[in-house]
Amino acid sequence: METLDGNALAGLFAEVFGEDMTNTVITCRTCGTTQVIGETVVYPNPMAAIARCRTCTQLLILITQIHGVSCVDMLGVA
Amino acid sequence: MEGTAVQRRLTWQVANVTATVSETPSVRTITLAVPDWPGHRAGQHLDVRLTADDGYTAERSYSIASAPGEPVALTVERLDDGEVSPYLTEDLRVGDQLELRGPVGGYFVWEPTDMAPLLLVAGGSGVVPLRAIVRERQRRRSDVPVRLLYSSRTLADVIYRDELDSYGDGISVSYTLTRAQPPGWTGHAGRVTPALLAEVAWPAHEGPLAFVCGPTSFVETVAEGLVGLGYPADRVKTERFGASGGR
Repeated sequence: METLDGNALAGLFAEVFGEDMTNTVITCRTCGTTQVIGETVVYPNPMAAIARCRTCTQLLILITQIHGVSCVDMLGVA
Repeated sequence: MEGTAVQRRLTWQVANVTATVSETPSVRTITLAVPDWPGHRAGQHLDVRLTADDGYTAERSYSIASAPGEPVALTVERLDDGEVSPYLTEDLRVGDQLELRGPVGGYFVWEPTDMAPLLLVAGGSGVVPLRAIVRERQRRRSDVPVRLLYSSRTLADVIYRDELDSYGDGISVSYTLTRAQPPGWTGHAGRVTPALLAEVAWPAHEGPLAFVCGPTSFVETVAEGLVGLGYPADRVKTERFGASGGR
């Protein structure tokens, strides 16, 4: 599957967090790599926004939206 | 507090199409009047949302083609199996309305206060945000030297060719044509390779800042190549787009 990057989630992040997040540095809980959200690997998925670590590909952030309610799971972020 | 938070929240708004220009047979620039546009920075993008009669919606992210201070413009490439781009490139007319939110993105952004030599590397319609950066440089009368390497299938697929060729002092534009070259072509041919990057890019010791935008595989190749030439990874800003153009 062709992947995108975290820049593609900028609008969704701005909607959920109220500010730009693409330049925010996060650390992968699995491998410890630091990266800005704009550099994460994003898998196109109409049901959820999924950002993975560019180094180890583990799931970093999962955002789902249903009926106007956003659920943000930063399960892979240290 | 709550009121402040709500105001800062990014919302969808309706823009009016004020002009359209065909750039190539498959690429169109759409100029928009956006009533509550807060201003943008060079390299940012915006999200477009189309809503069908039955309520089905499709969202895509597009780079802003214009410099800050200019009317908001998008340059969109038609993807034959796309959900959004065929409408934007063929059906949308001057006077039509378009729902959008933006500007968004703070990572793939050039600040005119950054005096580092600029290396811009475009694959296909990846040139769009880089064009906004070049226009911002011109508007600010910045003398930051720019090298733009633009990979395109054919010469006819080159977007903004007249504009790019009109830039003189301080902006050097190189093309590489991957699929076909016209007779007498003196530019580069074939895909971007580490050897081509070594030839065109600023040497790493000059402290350049690179922006790379294009299809995912293109961006990976170029970014790895630049790091191989000694560019620090955090001085290579990347933006990838896919066939779907969306998340």
